[in-house]
Amino acid sequence: MIQAEKAIDKNNPVISIRGLQKAFGSLHILRGVDLDVYKGENLVVLGRSGTGKSVLIKIISGLLLPDQGMVNVLGQEVAELRSRELMELRLKVGFSFQNSALYDSMTVRENLEFPLVRNSRNLKRSQINDEVESVLDAVGLLQTIEQMPSELSGGQRKRIGIARTLILRPEIMLYDEPTAGLDPITCIEINNLINEVQEKYKTTAIIITHDLTCAKETGDRIAMLLDGQFAIQGTFEEVFASEDARVQSFYNYNFTK
Amino acid sequence: MDPNSDNPNIQPTKYVVSKKLDDIFLTVYDIYQFILRFFKEVFLPPYEFKEIIHQCYEVGFKSLPLISLTGFITGVVFTNQSRPSLANFGATSWLPSLISIAIVRALAPLVTALIAAGKVGSNMGAELGSMKVTEQIDAMEVSATNPFKYLVVSRILATTFMIPLLVMYTAFVALMGAYLSVHTNEQTSFAMFFSQVFDSLSFLDLFSTSFKSTVFGFTIGVVGCYCGYNSTKGTEGVGKAANSAVVAAMFLIFVEEIVIVAIVNAFR
Repeated sequence: MIQAEKAIDKNNPVISIRGLQKAFGSLHILRGVDLDVYKGENLVVLGRSGTGKSVLIKIISGLLLPDQGMVNVLGQEVAELRSRELMELRLKVGFSFQNSALYDSMTVRENLEFPLVRNSRNLKRSQINDEVESVLDAVGLLQTIEQMPSELSGGQRKRIGIARTLILRPEIMLYDEPTAGLDPITCIEINNLINEVQEKYKTTAIIITHDLTCAKETGDRIAMLLDGQFAIQGTFEEVFASEDARVQSFYNYNFTK
Repeated sequence: MDPNSDNPNIQPTKYVVSKKLDDIFLTVYDIYQFILRFFKEVFLPPYEFKEIIHQCYEVGFKSLPLISLTGFITGVVFTNQSRPSLANFGATSWLPSLISIAIVRALAPLVTALIAAGKVGSNMGAELGSMKVTEQIDAMEVSATNPFKYLVVSRILATTFMIPLLVMYTAFVALMGAYLSVHTNEQTSFAMFFSQVFDSLSFLDLFSTSFKSTVFGFTIGVVGCYCGYNSTKGTEGVGKAANSAVVAAMFLIFVEEIVIVAIVNAFR
């Protein structure tokens, strides 16, 4: 897929992380992570399962607190925000969950309305309907509007999950394993959707994955998380040209197997 | 040998006393924080009136069939079991008084609370537990909605408001069942029966029952929500949350019953 030249502002990091550490009990997951994510770019965080990729984006969105270090999102230090300020920041940071996390007691329409109604209480019914239909159309699933999540396929659920985050028009998108558990064709569709979202909504994104095809298709830059730190960063080709044995084994496992 | 012993990322855990005792103290502290957070959030906007009404419907209206059946049977059975003892002393005319005191003071609040703990508490534990393990609660949080307020506060308020109403309803249905039994055997009139029922009840009885059922309702809500909201370990955790919600709520209801009866009797 040929992508248009992206406007990445290298002087304007929207996410800046320094010396981030996180442990769960006696297990130290993140051990001094440093990272800058620039406005307009898609950054892919690669790494094996259990290396703390999801923990990293949960800290960025304020779902988890860091043990040490600084996490600055859109100019605000996340750990120091009060509850109300954190809520306001979250309106600008969309989070697409690995298992979509759709509210299973609500229809697709209600799932999409939920964040909108709660955060824009003065909207008229017609405006809500227009917004819901607009984002559903953007992910190509307008026909599922009255369905329950249990009636959707895995790929459709991922798309609806993405649509639910888009409805608040976030500046930053955090994708947690967007292609996990999907067939190769649906993976390609999701990769294309991630690129379309960036193009249409001008978002900055962090994409957590261990799928190298997803990384190659969606990432402007790749950062590889190894042993609790970013071992190497760069374009897909730069990262996998590295002679680091851990990086090579990751590449070989994905493409040789 | 510990399989993680050679993993440099894992540090040995230190306990203050022992793992079990530490866990108990931490859970008690967690529940204290949970209740404290409820009282903080309940007074702060936004107020989730729609969700509170929805939960009141779920807790109250949907429990009516089960409560009606149980209440009616309790009234009939208690009357039938009490009659022979009173008949030995030729005192069956005291049945309405005995039944009203037993039902209003003890049976209606206890039966209702125990049924609600089983039905509502387990439902809350399982529902919130399932939402927790499937990251739906996190999804609410990242979409700038306070899940504690939306899910927990509304449910605790619903049980606190609805259990006292259900207790009143149970008492009424149980008394109707008792009347049916008394009328069939003693040919007592409806007016006579209820006149004796109300004569034997005092303001303290009604007040203590209302207070007790409010405490029971709050307990069922807090325990159900706490177990569900803090569940872990996937589907196994959801089952455990539902189970713990019922067991802990029932245990606490009995403890509260003993304490409140002791306090009320001191004023009698």
